[in-house]
Amino acid sequence: MKGAAIEIENLSKEYPYGFLNLRKKMSLENLSMQVESGEVFGFLGPNGAGKSTTIKLLMRLIFPTSGTARILGKSIEDVSTHQRIGYLPEQPYFYDYLTAGELLDYFARFHRLTANDRCVRVQRILRKVGLETAKKMQLRKYSKGMLQRVGMAQAILHEPEVVVLDEPMSGLDPLGRREVRDIILELKREGRTVLFSTHILSDAEMLCDRVGVIVGGKLRGVGTPGEMVGIQTQGMEILFEVQGAAKRFPLLDRATRTGERYRAQVSESELYGALDELRGAGARILSVAQIKPTLEDFFMHLVEADRAQASAVEVTGK
Amino acid sequence: MKNIWIVATNTFREAVRDRVLYNLVFFALLMMGAAIVVGQISIGIEQTVIVSLGLAAISVIGLFIAVFIGVGLVSKEMDKRTLYALLAKPLKRWEFLLGKYAGLVMTLAVNTAAMAVGLYAALWTVKQPLVESDAYVFVAVYLILLKLALIVALAMLFSCFTTPFLAILFTGGMYVAGVFAYDLRTIQGINLSATIVKLVRGISYLLPNFQNFNVTGAVAHGRGVPGSLVWHVTVYTVVYCAVVLAGASAVFARRNLK
Repeated sequence: MKGAAIEIENLSKEYPYGFLNLRKKMSLENLSMQVESGEVFGFLGPNGAGKSTTIKLLMRLIFPTSGTARILGKSIEDVSTHQRIGYLPEQPYFYDYLTAGELLDYFARFHRLTANDRCVRVQRILRKVGLETAKKMQLRKYSKGMLQRVGMAQAILHEPEVVVLDEPMSGLDPLGRREVRDIILELKREGRTVLFSTHILSDAEMLCDRVGVIVGGKLRGVGTPGEMVGIQTQGMEILFEVQGAAKRFPLLDRATRTGERYRAQVSESELYGALDELRGAGARILSVAQIKPTLEDFFMHLVEADRAQASAVEVTGK
Repeated sequence: MKNIWIVATNTFREAVRDRVLYNLVFFALLMMGAAIVVGQISIGIEQTVIVSLGLAAISVIGLFIAVFIGVGLVSKEMDKRTLYALLAKPLKRWEFLLGKYAGLVMTLAVNTAAMAVGLYAALWTVKQPLVESDAYVFVAVYLILLKLALIVALAMLFSCFTTPFLAILFTGGMYVAGVFAYDLRTIQGINLSATIVKLVRGISYLLPNFQNFNVTGAVAHGRGVPGSLVWHVTVYTVVYCAVVLAGASAVFARRNLK
């Protein structure tokens, strides 16, 4: 790692609401975190957790109530840093009277690229996101998935050092998601820093060097996906088959049947006893695997804890 | 400046592709109809009728474009969220605002120039040949364009801090009040206290004085327009627009996007 690409210190955002905007809702509370240079950082959280708020604050689309942030060592107030940043908004929408080629050329002009350079890059990037054949179609005729691809293209067109993607897999079919994953991995190989928000945890586990989990406007943890979920196993899973009409035995009653196979979960201390029981019953043991908590388990645990806390506050009135 | 130009040219392209310039067809039909009718029923006042009608049409069509599209310049971008990706580029918010403004003024300039050509064509149809004093029609068109530029600036200012509906109301209200600005300055009410008269006069100086922009009466009757008036109105428009756009930029610079 070469130092922090994104540094956030005590960033908070309150939104006024209600009559005369007198009431305030805290959308983000004292967020502090760093994204290291060259890493892929996943920003996880349920809807309304504060992921998009954080990203919008970083891109100066909204302004913080308090706190500061720096990207590539410069304050986010310095718009010139945007030369080195790419951004994909959540559910992007672009000028629908333009074609994809025209839109990308328009955006590229802000990066001071020559006409020739713009033309070459636009062709290349459209090929990369699979829109080469639709480049002359006006964006008003594009599907949601195609707009997402255009959004991805405009975010990386100028080869930025830092790429911020707000829900990049949203609205994409499995093929599109795979392509976006490949693009993110390619950006990583090229040494670029990627911060992306998502609530698709399998994507985060697959792509991220580190993840940050945000729930209810508060950061609940930052670390590698492995660190986040812990390294101790939650038990063992045995996959086995029972030949013919075998007699009943205790483990069979606890197992879940899928077709001809059975899946039983036991604790580590019960494992050898369970294997002896299976051998004694004439069962064929197909596999034995550790059960590790997934990022999804960790995530759900945090969300449920947050909801429980919110309910407790509501009940006590505090 | 380069960023402003990039946004301005795209705004112009947007107006063209959204068929804003289609109003020219309506104007052309109006002028053709007027030329035919005036040629048959007016004796000796063809110029007055054609010029008055033409300049009024240029002004009204321009007003509609300036108010409705001017208000939508920023609010539409915020509502549709097209602004998100754009402001993530190395583009300052005031550059975006001035670019949008310049783009619509460019559109209005092309639109107004095309209508002026149509007006001259209608004038040529009813009275040939054109004489030197007919050149003042061009001056009247130029002053209409300045008026429209000022209205676009006001529309943008209001759209930066309120809803599009209210922005249209405020801009329309400012236009109507501005048309009567001179009357407000010379107000002499029998039942009005001195304080109220002073207050009204004070407010009238803040309003854009649109009376100075209207030379239709003089031009329609073949009279000239003093150069000093053209110069005065030009400087007035530039200064007023600069102040209004500076205000709009200041408001927009701190505006949270939804």
